[in-house]
Amino acid sequence: MNTTTQLLRFITAGSVDDGKSTLIGRLLHDSKSIFEDQFSAISKTSEKRGMAAVDLSLLTDGLQAEREQGITIDVAYRYFATPKRKFIIGDTPGHEQYTRNMVTAASTANLVVILIDARRGVLTQTRRHTYLASLVGVPHIVLAVNKMDMVDYSQARFDEIVAEYKTFAAQLELHDVTCIPMSALVGDMVVDRGANLDWYKGPALLELLEKVEIDNDVNTSDFRFPVQWVCRPQTDEFHDFRGFAGRIEAGEVSVGDEVTVLPSGRSSKVKEIVTYDGNLQTAFAPQSVTITLADEIDISRGDMLVKSSLNAPKVEKEFEAMLCWLSESPLDKNRKYLVKHTTRTAKCLFSRIFYRVDVNTLEPHEVEKLNMNDIARVSLKIQQPLVFDSYEIDRATGSFIVIDEATNNTVAAGMIA
Amino acid sequence: MSKHSLSHLDVLESESIHIMREVAAECKNPALLFSGGKDSIVMLRLAEKAFRPAKFPFPLVHIDTEHNFPEVIACRDKLAADLGERLIVRSLEDSIKRGTIVIKDESKPRNPFQSVTLLETIAEFGFDACMGGARRDEEKARAKERIFSFRDEFGQWDPKNQRPELWDTYNTRVHAGENIRVFPISNWTEMDIWQYIGREKLYIPNIYYAHEREVIRRGGNVIPVSHLVQPKPGEKVEVATVRFRTVGDMTCTAPVESTARNVDEIIEETASTRITERGATRMDDQTSDASMELRKKEGYF
Repeated sequence: MNTTTQLLRFITAGSVDDGKSTLIGRLLHDSKSIFEDQFSAISKTSEKRGMAAVDLSLLTDGLQAEREQGITIDVAYRYFATPKRKFIIGDTPGHEQYTRNMVTAASTANLVVILIDARRGVLTQTRRHTYLASLVGVPHIVLAVNKMDMVDYSQARFDEIVAEYKTFAAQLELHDVTCIPMSALVGDMVVDRGANLDWYKGPALLELLEKVEIDNDVNTSDFRFPVQWVCRPQTDEFHDFRGFAGRIEAGEVSVGDEVTVLPSGRSSKVKEIVTYDGNLQTAFAPQSVTITLADEIDISRGDMLVKSSLNAPKVEKEFEAMLCWLSESPLDKNRKYLVKHTTRTAKCLFSRIFYRVDVNTLEPHEVEKLNMNDIARVSLKIQQPLVFDSYEIDRATGSFIVIDEATNNTVAAGMIA
Repeated sequence: MSKHSLSHLDVLESESIHIMREVAAECKNPALLFSGGKDSIVMLRLAEKAFRPAKFPFPLVHIDTEHNFPEVIACRDKLAADLGERLIVRSLEDSIKRGTIVIKDESKPRNPFQSVTLLETIAEFGFDACMGGARRDEEKARAKERIFSFRDEFGQWDPKNQRPELWDTYNTRVHAGENIRVFPISNWTEMDIWQYIGREKLYIPNIYYAHEREVIRRGGNVIPVSHLVQPKPGEKVEVATVRFRTVGDMTCTAPVESTARNVDEIIEETASTRITERGATRMDDQTSDASMELRKKEGYF
């Protein structure tokens, strides 16, 4: 492995019945990412439970608190690497609270693997998982048609499932869908191609994970730089230094570029792009840098630097969004909440709930309140203007979380539409 | 890869810097837990990258069990002094004197008691956020923890009641008396840490490299002989060539047999090892399937 490998974040959506744990176990096992002490622990447990072979699904077994109470605790993160890439798997177990968990895990993912049991085909949950993946804007989707060994590795069955899925998926905003027949149990088309699916000419799952293009998953055209922290050393050596520290969320910037500070609208030129490893001529997303400007203008955390010459983001106090309600206490339209959007936090009111989406049928329903796991189109009024893009254009500047000030809990996730 | 492509280390580094800056900007009185171990040394470099040319907007804090390897403590003091940053050390001995920790057996690991002194230190300075160098790949309880992990007034972690964490938009808010533990290197693996130490040429305690050491073999483990661990009757002291993969409490941190004398050789060894970092080195985690989970619930980081 070298130090120039890329990092891919993906999630798996499906239930235990679809062989999700077996798939993750197979991926880790066949890519030689399982350590001996982990393997010996699950071998012992498999033996104790009277199983003939080692149950790879035990690798994703949870905490004591989960085992004792028979519950699952949302997202677990797992790590593995091949010589080509490093991977982070967001593993979201169980059926309950599925919407909340999947939205959470999908929010940082480049790719989602949606599992289907080849015997059962496209189910309600398949539609739900696909809708959520499209809602959260996961750039790449893999439909893993698992348990092909149970349908005699039939190409006709696979083609039938793919056709049905594509008809459904056409209604949604999906950009890159790959369908792979596989058997996680036997090990066909997961890491190795196996001997049973010769008719399939596309990539095996790991091959796809290793080569899917992810450089363009961030917006590369519009420069967006939310200011996180103002760096003022106030030492003799750096007496007049005033740098704006943050992470470039989209696009690129070069020394000399004209930039505008939003929401104030003032402009200046980039004087330096400072990093610990020396100043840069050009920096791009998702680098964390410190920018100094040619003119002294008032800038603080929560402001955003953008390039004056490019598409400007919106600067508004009211907008509409798709909201996923995450909290056990329902949305109360009479209450004020806090919105945290990029580096700015402000009070907000939900002025209207247009409709709730039934995640199984995609049908809209009129509702008065929102409960946990509900997804709805809403409008918000913010106490001060936010600088944003639509979520479709930029995941980083189009997303926000909602915090309940009374409990400080994160109660909702929003995507500006 | 296109010209605008970052390596996994660059992406992880930028993510960690972003997290540290969120802490500095949003928390009133944060601290960075610094032990002199490899993960916290990586944290120091990340803090330099996040905040230079300014000073760190927080002190470094070490909760000293007094069971640490002297080489690690020397490294801790050297690095803090070289950086010119403030280091606060609080010792388990202080808590023992106060009577809040009662030690029954000097030769037993002190990790379970670290939480007590940590919570006392948090209260003493009023810290509302403590950054630590824990990684999710270390252990399955860690795999389920948030980057910003909320703790109640008793410092307890409630795994069933964690705040959802979406995108890179972190909820840092706490009420008075509560605090947040923050793990900026959550997504790094042991291999990433070694690659970064190599890339950044970081100074680390020399016991991470292969050296000759007096050890005894006890119950399948190689145990370093020290003033805290002496051979029992019938046990033979031998000199072995070993290195430490983790450097914790001397009574429960086992070295691995190794001839890796520099970072490149350690990276090579890490790539081919078939045992997890904690499985190979932490005897306290072998006692129960849920040791770490239980410690975390009591306020451990």
